[in-house]
Amino acid sequence: MAQLRLPENSRIKRNGKVHKAPAGATNVRTFKVYRYDPSAGDNPRVDTFEVDMDSCGPMVLDALIKIKNEIDPSLTFRRSCREGICGSCAMNIDGTNTLACTKSCGDVKGEVKIYPLPHMPVVKDLVPDLTQFYAQYASVKPWLQSRTPAPPDRERLQAPEEQEKIDRPSACILCACCSTSCPSYWWNGDRYLGPAALLAAYRWIIDSRDDATGERLDALEDPFRLYRCHTIMNCTEACPKDLNPAKAIAEIKLMMAEREHA
Amino acid sequence: MRQRPLSPHIGVYKFAYTMATSIVHRATGVVLSVGLLALAGWLIAAASGPEAYAIAVAILGGAFGQLLLAGWLVAFSYHLFNGLRHLNWDLGRGLEKHEARHSAAIVVVATLLLAGAFIYAAFFAGVPR
Repeated sequence: MAQLRLPENSRIKRNGKVHKAPAGATNVRTFKVYRYDPSAGDNPRVDTFEVDMDSCGPMVLDALIKIKNEIDPSLTFRRSCREGICGSCAMNIDGTNTLACTKSCGDVKGEVKIYPLPHMPVVKDLVPDLTQFYAQYASVKPWLQSRTPAPPDRERLQAPEEQEKIDRPSACILCACCSTSCPSYWWNGDRYLGPAALLAAYRWIIDSRDDATGERLDALEDPFRLYRCHTIMNCTEACPKDLNPAKAIAEIKLMMAEREHA
Repeated sequence: MRQRPLSPHIGVYKFAYTMATSIVHRATGVVLSVGLLALAGWLIAAASGPEAYAIAVAILGGAFGQLLLAGWLVAFSYHLFNGLRHLNWDLGRGLEKHEARHSAAIVVVATLLLAGAFIYAAFFAGVPR
């Protein structure tokens, strides 16, 4: 059952700190950033940072790095590649999950509100605990399962059109934007695999070199793992790589129905 | 160790058309289930005799009853069209972002048209009741 209210220890207290812009700054943007310090024993809060954009890069990640370097070094977030390929800086910006490194501050109107990925346990500030997310990914066995021995002298070949089917699904960077945007995943994330894991499952189900299609579908034949998807489409709207987990899940459901009534 | 807090979810997520069309579909489904009880009650009253039927007509014919009936017509229209949208999705069609946005708009417009036509016919057109 959906628990709409946050638990007692997770409610945001109104004791956020305000960091004013330096005197003389003319191009100021306000960033509201979720803060949680596990060593303080206090509830989360939202801090306000006024940033001089004349001395800041264009992306939200640039602003976060500037805040960490110049205003508050305790601000904690994950980041690595700063070009949308590692998926580390996934967070909720302006009400939508996306990557801080590819989200332009200019695309946000007014205050830039930044929260961790939704409905996840928070380790610190903008860093969620993704243990369960990764476990769900592992549960779909995201590797090639083949019954036939590989050719001794070359790789397993695929026709270009077979490869094309897995091109997009393979581009998933496991940033978790989609799964943590999904209300079904919020309410049933313990049993529903979520769009990211299901997209990965789909990628292997349709791989022409994989021989475990039947077993893969068997593993998803469950009222929760697959069928908690109600085609809300938040996942596809959120994906920073412009992939389509909702469509992949619909295709899996179709394959289930087709083999049932073939 | 202190239990980790749960990050904010529905309270901070932008309420986009995706969530709106989905939750309204569910809500209209619930509303229609209640409406089915009212329909069953009306039929039972009709089968029970003129006195019982007179009571049913008095309730459904009153201002509040009419408002409920109009609400059920809107719920029916939305659930019908959005249900067709879901059926199309279940066939693997219309799942690209632009298609889903487009079909959401069509559902809203179609709902307003059909519900408007129902309500006009039922309450304003002088259709014999």
